Amino acid sequence: MKRLIAVSALAVLALVFATSAFAQGHLRIGMTASDIPYTGGQTDNGFEGFRFVGYQIYEPLINWDLTRGDRLPPLVPGLAESWEVRKDNPARWVFKLRKNVKFHDGSPFNADAVIFSFESIKKRDAPHFDSYGSAQVSFRLTALKGISKLDDHTVEIDTGAPTSFVPYQIVYMVIVSPAQWNKVKDWRKFAEQPSGTGPFKVTRFVPRERLELEPNRQYWNGKRMPKVDKLTLFPMPEPTTRLAALRSGQVDWIEVPPPDSIPQLKGAGFQVVTNSYPHNWTHTLRLDKEPWNNKLVRKAANYAIDRVGICKSLLNDMCIPATGVAYKGHPWFGKPKEVYEYNPNKARDLLKQAGYGPGKPVPKAVHLISTSGSGQMLPLAMNELIQKNLKEVGLEVDLQPVEWNTLLTRWRAGFQAPDNQGLNAWNISWNFLEPWSGFGRFFHSKSVVPVSVNTMPYLNPEVDKLLDEAEKTFDIAKQDAILARIHEIIVDDAPWIFVAHDLNPRGLSPKVRGFVQPQSWFVDLTAATVR
Amino acid sequence: MWVYAIRRLLLAVPTLIGASLIIFAMVHLAPGDPIAAVMPADATQAEIEATKKAYGFDKPLPVQYLYWLGRVAHGDLGRSIATRRPVIEDVRDSLRHSLALAVSSSLVAFGLGIGLGLLAAFRQGRVLDKLASAIAVVGVSVPHYWAGIILIIIFSVQLNWLPAMGAGSEGGLAEYLRHLTLPTVALSLIPLGVITRVVRSAALDILAQEFVLALSAKGLWHRTVFFHVVKNAAPQILTVLGLQFGFQLGGSVLVEAVFSWPGTGYLLNLAIFQRDIPVLQGVILVLAAFFVLLNLTVDILQSLVDPRIARH
Repeated sequence: MKRLIAVSALAVLALVFATSAFAQGHLRIGMTASDIPYTGGQTDNGFEGFRFVGYQIYEPLINWDLTRGDRLPPLVPGLAESWEVRKDNPARWVFKLRKNVKFHDGSPFNADAVIFSFESIKKRDAPHFDSYGSAQVSFRLTALKGISKLDDHTVEIDTGAPTSFVPYQIVYMVIVSPAQWNKVKDWRKFAEQPSGTGPFKVTRFVPRERLELEPNRQYWNGKRMPKVDKLTLFPMPEPTTRLAALRSGQVDWIEVPPPDSIPQLKGAGFQVVTNSYPHNWTHTLRLDKEPWNNKLVRKAANYAIDRVGICKSLLNDMCIPATGVAYKGHPWFGKPKEVYEYNPNKARDLLKQAGYGPGKPVPKAVHLISTSGSGQMLPLAMNELIQKNLKEVGLEVDLQPVEWNTLLTRWRAGFQAPDNQGLNAWNISWNFLEPWSGFGRFFHSKSVVPVSVNTMPYLNPEVDKLLDEAEKTFDIAKQDAILARIHEIIVDDAPWIFVAHDLNPRGLSPKVRGFVQPQSWFVDLTAATVR
Repeated sequence: MWVYAIRRLLLAVPTLIGASLIIFAMVHLAPGDPIAAVMPADATQAEIEATKKAYGFDKPLPVQYLYWLGRVAHGDLGRSIATRRPVIEDVRDSLRHSLALAVSSSLVAFGLGIGLGLLAAFRQGRVLDKLASAIAVVGVSVPHYWAGIILIIIFSVQLNWLPAMGAGSEGGLAEYLRHLTLPTVALSLIPLGVITRVVRSAALDILAQEFVLALSAKGLWHRTVFFHVVKNAAPQILTVLGLQFGFQLGGSVLVEAVFSWPGTGYLLNLAIFQRDIPVLQGVILVLAAFFVLLNLTVDILQSLVDPRIARH
C-alpha cells in the first residue's frame, strides 16, 4: 500500500513538473511589420517575416544555430541530417533527409515534400506554383536550378555549375506540407491554415491584428521544444505604440524600441538586449544615372554623413558607424583605402573635382525609403538627418516614404521598372550573413535584375572574377580572403552610402527569461519563457 | 414626406455613382504598378500580362471602371493584391471596429457637445459659458493623434488602467470596451469642440428671436421655452451631427494608427502604403456610401423636425 502511495505521489509530482515544463507562459511580441507576415511558407516582410513566421512555423533543410550569442551562427542540420557535394559531379548536392518528421497536419515529411516546396517557388507551370511566395524568395535561390528524388529520404539538387554557396541559399527555402495544400488547393487558404514542421503551429490568424501560435508537441528536435505554451505576434509599425504596449504590459517583447526611450525602459526594470550582427543600413545608389553615376559624387556623399552623430545622439548608441558592407574586425572587412569619416569639407572638394559647384549644382536625387520595417531601425528620423547632412555639402535629396513590404517589392523590380524610373536610390538594410547575401546578389553582373537584385547595376569585371573564384572555393579561410579583397574594391567604389550597423535592440519585459540574443537577424524563440 | 424621402433616396444613387467614379479615377491616376507585388522579378511579359488579365488591369480604364461597378453591384469588391483575401472580408472585419469607434466617440461627443453648447447659450457671458467655450476651443485645437499619445502615456503607461493598443478581440465584450475607451476619448475631442460651438451659436440665434421673448413674456416655464429653442435649433444641429458622424467613421486614420485599432482607417493607411488598389477602392467606396446614407438620414430627420424643409 505504502509503495502504491509513493508511486502515486511520484507520478503526481512528475505530472506537475512535466506540466510546468511545458506551460511557461504566453509570449506576446510586438513586431515592426504593418500586417502579419505571409504565413503560406515563403514569407514576406523581409527577415522579420523569417524571424517570426518563416522559421517558427516552417523549417528549411539546413538551420541556423541561434542558441548562442557569442559567435556568428553556424549552419546546422535541419530537415536534412547531412549534405554533401557529389565527388563525381560538383554541380550536384545530395541531401539526406530526416526520418520520422511530421507536418503539423500529421502528414509525413519526405523527399516529395521537398520537391513540392521547390516547385512551388521555381516551377511556373506547376499547379502548386505560389507566385507571391516565389516573388519573395526566388532571388535568394539563384544557384538552385533543379531537384530530383533519389529515394524517399534523399534528394539531389542540381546547381548547373560548381558552387559553394548552396547551403547558404537552402536556408531560405522552407518546406511546406503538400498534404495540406492538396486539401485546400489555394495558397491564400493555405496561409490561413498553414502547415509546416517548425516548433510552433498556428492556432488563430486575424489579419492585421494577431497571429496566435502554440508549441508543436510533435516537434522532432526535443532540445528545441518550445517552453512557452502560447506565442502571439502583433503587427505594430508605430514605435511609440510598441513602447506603450510593452510598458503597459500588453506585450512582453518589442522590436526596435525608440532609442530615446531606452534609458527609461532600463530604469523601469525592462531588459534591452543588443548584439552586433551582419547588418548594414545603406542607401543603394543607382549607378546608371546622375548624380550617382559619378564615383566622386558617391564618395562625397559618404564623407558628408555624420555617422557618429546618428549612432550616438539620434540612436543612443544602438548602432555602429558603417564605413563598408562589413564592419571592422569581420573576416571580410580587409583594408579599404577609403575610410569614410564625417568630413564635409572633403565632400565639397570631391564635388568640386567632379565639376559641380555653385554654378553647376548636382542634380536632385529621389530616394525611396520605408516608414518602418525589419532592420530599418528608425528610417524616418535617420533619413531626415542624412538628407540634412547631404544638403550641407550641396547634395539635394528628396525622400519618398512607402510601406516596408512595398519598398521591397519595388526594389526587387529594379530601377528600370516603370514605377521606379524617377528614383536614384533605395534605403534598405541588408544582411551579410553569408557570401551570396553579402556580395553575390548585389555586385555580380550575373545578378542584375531580374535574375537577382543587383539593381544599381554594379558592373565590375574584377569583382565578377573574384566572386566566381569565391563561389568555387570550398575552403572557408581562402574564401574569406577573396571576399575581403572584394570588400576593399566595393568600399573604394562606393556604390552605396554606408551609414550604420544596427545593434538590434529589443525591449523585453522582466518576466521574459531564457532568450539568447544571437548575432543574427533571426531568433530562437523556443528557449524563452514568460513567468 | 414620403415623396421627399423617395426623391432624396433616388438622388443618392447618382451621388454614389459620381463618388465611385471619382474614387476610381483618383486611385488609378496615382503612380505605381500594383501588379509588381505579386510577380517574381524574373516574370516573363506573358506571365505579367496573364496576371494583369486575372485582376482586370489589362482593359482600358473606362472598361475597368464598368467591370468594377458591375462587381460592386453584386457585392464583390475584388481581391486584395497584397494579401489575396477578398476585399469584402477585410472591409467587413474592419468596418465593425470602425463603426464601434465612430458610434462610441459620437455618443460621447454629441452628448457632451450638445449639453455644453446649450449650457453656454443659456448662461451666455457667465463663467459656465466661458468654461464651455474654452473646452470647445481646446477640443477643436488639439490634434487627436497627439491627444491619443498623451492618453496612452497617462492611462496605459503611468496608471496602467487601460490597454494601449489593439481591440482585445480575444477577450469578451468587457475587454473590447476597455480597449475602446482611449481611442473613443481621443476621437471625440474634435467633434466635441465643433458641436459645442455650433449648438451654442444655433441656440443663441434662436434665443435672440422675438418669439422667444414673447414666450417668456407670456409666462411660459423655462423648461417649455428651452424645448422651443431646442426644437428650432435642431435642424442646424442635426446637419452638423450627421457630418460629424461621417467624419468619425472616415476620419479615424490617425487615431487608429496610434492605437493599432484594426478599423477601416488602419486598413486604408496600409492599403495606401501598399498601393493595394482593390482595397483602397473598396474601403473608400464603402465609407462614401455611409456618408451618403448618413446625409440622407439627416435630411429625412430634418424634414420630420421641420416639415417646411420637405415642402421646399
